[in-house]
Amino acid sequence: MKKAWDNLRNRYHYSVVVFKELVKTDFQLRYQGSFLGVLWSVLKPLMLFAVMYVVFVRFLKFSDGTPSFAISLLCGTCLWSFFNESTSMGMSSIVNRGDLLRKIHFPNYIIVASTTMGAMISLAINLVVVIVFGFFAHAHYTWHVLLVPLNILQLYAIALGVALILATLYVYFRDVAHIWEVILQAMFYATPIIYPITMIAQRAPELAWVEKLLMMVPTTQAIMDVRHNLISPEDVPTIWTLVNNPLLCLLPYVASVVILWIGVHVFRKHSAKFAEVL
Amino acid sequence: MTAVENIAKNEVAAVAADERPVVLKVDHVAKSFRLPTEQASGLKMAFLNWTKGIKGYTEQKVLRDISFEVHQGDFFGIVGRNGSGKSTLLKIISQIYVPEQGTVDVRGKLVPFIELGVGFNPELTGRENVYLNGALLGFTREEITAMYDDIVEFAELGEFMDQKLKNYSSGMQVRLAFSVAIKAQGDILVLDEVLAVGDEAFQRKCDNFFSEVKKDPTKTVILVTHSMDSVKKYCNKAILIKNGEIIESGDKDVVADRYTLENMATKKASEKDEPDSFPTGLNARVPFLKVWPVSNQLSDGVEPFRFDVEYEFTEDVPFYLAISLVDTKRGGVVCDSGSVPMQNNGRQRVSFEIPVNAFNNSDFKLLVSLRLDNPEDPNRTDMIAFTNDDNSCFFAVRNSKNKNYALLSDRALQFHQI
Repeated sequence: MKKAWDNLRNRYHYSVVVFKELVKTDFQLRYQGSFLGVLWSVLKPLMLFAVMYVVFVRFLKFSDGTPSFAISLLCGTCLWSFFNESTSMGMSSIVNRGDLLRKIHFPNYIIVASTTMGAMISLAINLVVVIVFGFFAHAHYTWHVLLVPLNILQLYAIALGVALILATLYVYFRDVAHIWEVILQAMFYATPIIYPITMIAQRAPELAWVEKLLMMVPTTQAIMDVRHNLISPEDVPTIWTLVNNPLLCLLPYVASVVILWIGVHVFRKHSAKFAEVL
Repeated sequence: MTAVENIAKNEVAAVAADERPVVLKVDHVAKSFRLPTEQASGLKMAFLNWTKGIKGYTEQKVLRDISFEVHQGDFFGIVGRNGSGKSTLLKIISQIYVPEQGTVDVRGKLVPFIELGVGFNPELTGRENVYLNGALLGFTREEITAMYDDIVEFAELGEFMDQKLKNYSSGMQVRLAFSVAIKAQGDILVLDEVLAVGDEAFQRKCDNFFSEVKKDPTKTVILVTHSMDSVKKYCNKAILIKNGEIIESGDKDVVADRYTLENMATKKASEKDEPDSFPTGLNARVPFLKVWPVSNQLSDGVEPFRFDVEYEFTEDVPFYLAISLVDTKRGGVVCDSGSVPMQNNGRQRVSFEIPVNAFNNSDFKLLVSLRLDNPEDPNRTDMIAFTNDDNSCFFAVRNSKNKNYALLSDRALQFHQI
């Protein structure tokens, strides 16, 4: 047992060292030259939240009437910007670090992993802000909070899987960047962040099935799970409360694992050639 | 069997039955690249090419069938003209490229130094860059901290380490990158044309470093360079690559001379493109060049050593012979004749002698090259042929009153206290 552990350590020792160093460097460089530095990690989602709150909740009255909707909107914004950032930055990470790949041999999945981990660090900072604000914004913290790390792990797995697929594609076709931008925008509107998901059935009862369909999207399911467990189990619906068939409920969880598996598989198959193609 | 033949045999045997472990084994490696012939990057062109049945790329064989072994402690040179495939080979050794055929087997920690400053980021300070670069080379923070002072001292950048890299001069960046690479405690060091870096003082340091590494039996260096001086100075083995194939391997002097010849041959190569059936150093213009011993090859060190040079050269231009006496035991050229003008064309035999009474016991090699006037510079001559180990003459000086340590005996040269 100990031998197996040592083997594992030796095998991944180098990867871990490079991973740490790259995450550190990326984080250092992220706010290079800005006066407020790391503070932007906190300020940016708050400002985005303010804009959305004014436009969608105050003017357009997109609210389900629950007291926690505002904090739920903030939490959703943070989670979405994590997904947005990790996939689009992960996509271009291999090409951006091409100089490195052409000069030195190292497991290149580290590059994608470290970029998504950078986004993860921002998310962690943001979630601290969310939790603090939650105390003043009617969040209802229960034992469900303990499940949040698992939900976030699932969201990270999806983001990493997607980033790996996109990074591989991006090496061969730069068109992917533009396509993904559009898809992200579409996904943002398809994810109940700026509007409560119950609003669809309220405004158009014949479209109630759309709610269920949207909920089956793994990112949506994960984001809703986080909000449900973190903010308020009473106010935020999840796939389990909206879809009655337990098999269908499990589908997005399975899909997340499959996405990660496909990502790792596709990336590994092509990664040896990256240095030559770039 | 004479003593001299024994000496030569021993040399060969020492290479063949090398008992040091093999740290790098390159086995029948081949590699080709696809070069796009037309602009096939867009979807439209890709489709048009597909309908026309055009592949849109040509296959270029960069490496054809490369096999060699590097033993622990070797200082191994890889030389070749631009585009011969050296850098591709280096990238395959460093496992950046995957070979199409064959395998590369590396034992130990390989530190590649393909280009200057891998992963250096201009926005980070010198110190942070050292840690980042070190991590990429496979060292933990603790390991780098342990060698950090050494690196800074070698780079002579003590006061600049907390400055951002973008504020460094290019020479300073290169020095820092180079220091990290050579102070990094790897087992195999892969260096790509880096000797011409930095100012004179830094070059001298590098020179010392290489000499030190050369002595260290645990360190292996693979050096790609165009400088034949560094090959002759540092390397103990070398290979010459041409069009993706090894055309010469083994003795560094032979490789270096062959390389010099290859560079000059290109001007004439276009004229006649016949297969190279001549032994190393010889060619169609000079089909024969050999040093024949006249005196006993086991010299007593009293009488001058006499030898003949036989050559075949039919062109009606002024030409010269240059003879070098090489000390094969201690290394280095003991004396050199310069270019001696020759009068007679055709197949000729010329006699020479050299006094050997100034030497202690040693083993020598007589190398001869045939040279022509340089068209641009009247003070220089160009080598067009040289003797390889088969055509050179080996001899040894042995006398009981001689010593063994220094090359020159007390009779020839002595220190005087003043």
